[in-house]
Amino acid sequence: MNPAAKRRILVTGLDTFWGGRVAQALEAKPEVEVVLGLGTGSPSVALERTEYVRTDQAYSSLSRIVRAARVDTIVHTFLIVDSTSTNSRSLHELNVIGTMNLLAAAGSANTPVRQVIVKSSTMVYGCSSRDPAFFTEEMDATTRPKTRIERSLRDVEALLRDFADDNPSTVVTLLRFANVLGEEISTPITRSLARAFAPSILGFDPLLQFIQESDVVRCLELVTMHQRPGIFNVAGRGRLPWSEVAATVGAKLLPLPPLGTRLAAKPLVKAGLIDFPPELECLLRFGRGVDTTRIENAGFEHHFTSARAVDSFARATRLKRAVGSTKRSYTYEADVEAFFRHSPTVVNKDRATTDDEVKAT
Amino acid sequence: MPLRTPSATTTQCDPRISDVDEWGRSEHMRSIVRRLSNPVYRHWFRVEWEGLEKIPASGGALLVANHAGAIPPDAPMIIHGIEEELGRPVYGLADYFFKELPVGGTLWARLGGVTAHPDNALRLLRDQGQLVLVFPEGTKGPSKTYANRYKLRRFGRGGFVEIAMRAGVPVVPIAVVGAEEAMPILFRLPKIASVLGLPYFPITLNHLLFGPVLGTTLYLPAKFKLRVLDPVTFDVAPAQERYSKSRIMDESERIRTEIQEALYDMLRSRHSIWLG
Repeated sequence: MNPAAKRRILVTGLDTFWGGRVAQALEAKPEVEVVLGLGTGSPSVALERTEYVRTDQAYSSLSRIVRAARVDTIVHTFLIVDSTSTNSRSLHELNVIGTMNLLAAAGSANTPVRQVIVKSSTMVYGCSSRDPAFFTEEMDATTRPKTRIERSLRDVEALLRDFADDNPSTVVTLLRFANVLGEEISTPITRSLARAFAPSILGFDPLLQFIQESDVVRCLELVTMHQRPGIFNVAGRGRLPWSEVAATVGAKLLPLPPLGTRLAAKPLVKAGLIDFPPELECLLRFGRGVDTTRIENAGFEHHFTSARAVDSFARATRLKRAVGSTKRSYTYEADVEAFFRHSPTVVNKDRATTDDEVKAT
Repeated sequence: MPLRTPSATTTQCDPRISDVDEWGRSEHMRSIVRRLSNPVYRHWFRVEWEGLEKIPASGGALLVANHAGAIPPDAPMIIHGIEEELGRPVYGLADYFFKELPVGGTLWARLGGVTAHPDNALRLLRDQGQLVLVFPEGTKGPSKTYANRYKLRRFGRGGFVEIAMRAGVPVVPIAVVGAEEAMPILFRLPKIASVLGLPYFPITLNHLLFGPVLGTTLYLPAKFKLRVLDPVTFDVAPAQERYSKSRIMDESERIRTEIQEALYDMLRSRHSIWLG
């Protein structure tokens, strides 16, 4: 790819947390000519010049979009890593089939696509008592996948490996992110910690590693703007015990028995006292850690260590407890957005949004 | 004596409320346990070191010792001794079995226990320059009956030599006398062990003397003597993909023999199990 040429980037999952934020970061760059966002719902964040295309979940019209818009880079942020948000069938549909169609479009004959970035999770390493303290990128999980999320992410990674083998001229980057904490993101872990009681397993105090949400966006931005082929773990440095995480955030631990853990958790989850998705169970028993040397050598600098990510989350939680939700409200209005982008009456296209909205972002 | 912080790289200026490091070790917990086990170390086992100065004052080294006693007291005594006398933290490698124990597994990790994964050992030795203690006999050492005391078992597949070669650190052999008599195994009950999922289920002399509960926790006051042998270095380049298997097995066997010889030598000059 000619580095001087302006970039034309397609982002999946524009209506989800990561897609929206990555598009925001990319459209702010002058060297990016076009940001094209795909999604099934409406975008949840204010965007200045990103073009939004509503598609079905299977991306069936994708190869036409890619060719028509001469997309050179695909940033695939839309992989489900939270089992509580979908059922098993649509999880497979979204993660595996969605990625398959995406890669098929990217790898079709005469494709303009030169770079593919996929956002995966360190969940692919599983977690068990036999694990090393820090997984490196070449290591495999020591156990068979225990949850459907794990299974689907491994299927996705296998598809991507095949794609990289078949398209040696395309720069393929696979990022495996650790558990994310931050002011706005909602995951099983953030929801567990935001409640008065967080689940734990009696007698276990595992070490966990986190990454702050802004570091996730910064890393995706880095590998998109600079070619960094390969697999990378992305996580804040250091690990800290679950008990300390809960204490920092101000949640009390509700210990579940080490045997029959799921059974004991069921009534508590039903009663709405705790959150306890299957991915959390083995994590709260054995924890997980990854080595981040490779991404650091590739030029990525974290702003947050694991402990600082926990601290930033704790501050946001305290604020939320004091004043209620701090989420900025944004409603996507297709006509208004289209007016700003395409109407000949709009004189200053770089300042398409109102001053108030610019300040809010 | 103040102990060095184990991993200054990751914990500096972090907003932390505990001192648990990235391996799960807590210096605070260690210092509590050192205070509690000091009387045992000084007055019960009356631990005596020989050649402690051979353990490097800085940089990584792999400590290798013989392993004995139904619930082996040698690991806590070696770690206690080195931390007290040299002021350096020690990480002990052990089977992942420990990690699966509720309470015990967490406590084990806080006190410096690390799963015996080659990558863990390499990281501690090469990247962080720590002291790492390993018992190459594994459970074959402590599970042997009293009749086989001080007869070293096979040293695994020599994995510890390979790790030391790869990390470019010396192996420091330590011969331990006293652990065998602190909790001698009379016989084992393999059926019960397999039902409970334990590596072995011993009936000890302590059980016969003090009953099932106290006999599991109370050691006999054998005199402990520890001899540090000359560090073994290997003239091979570190960080190689592969090392000659025969070379590894030879070095492993040589270190095993050295510890075995040292044990026989120490036992030759021992007059009494209890007084030394």
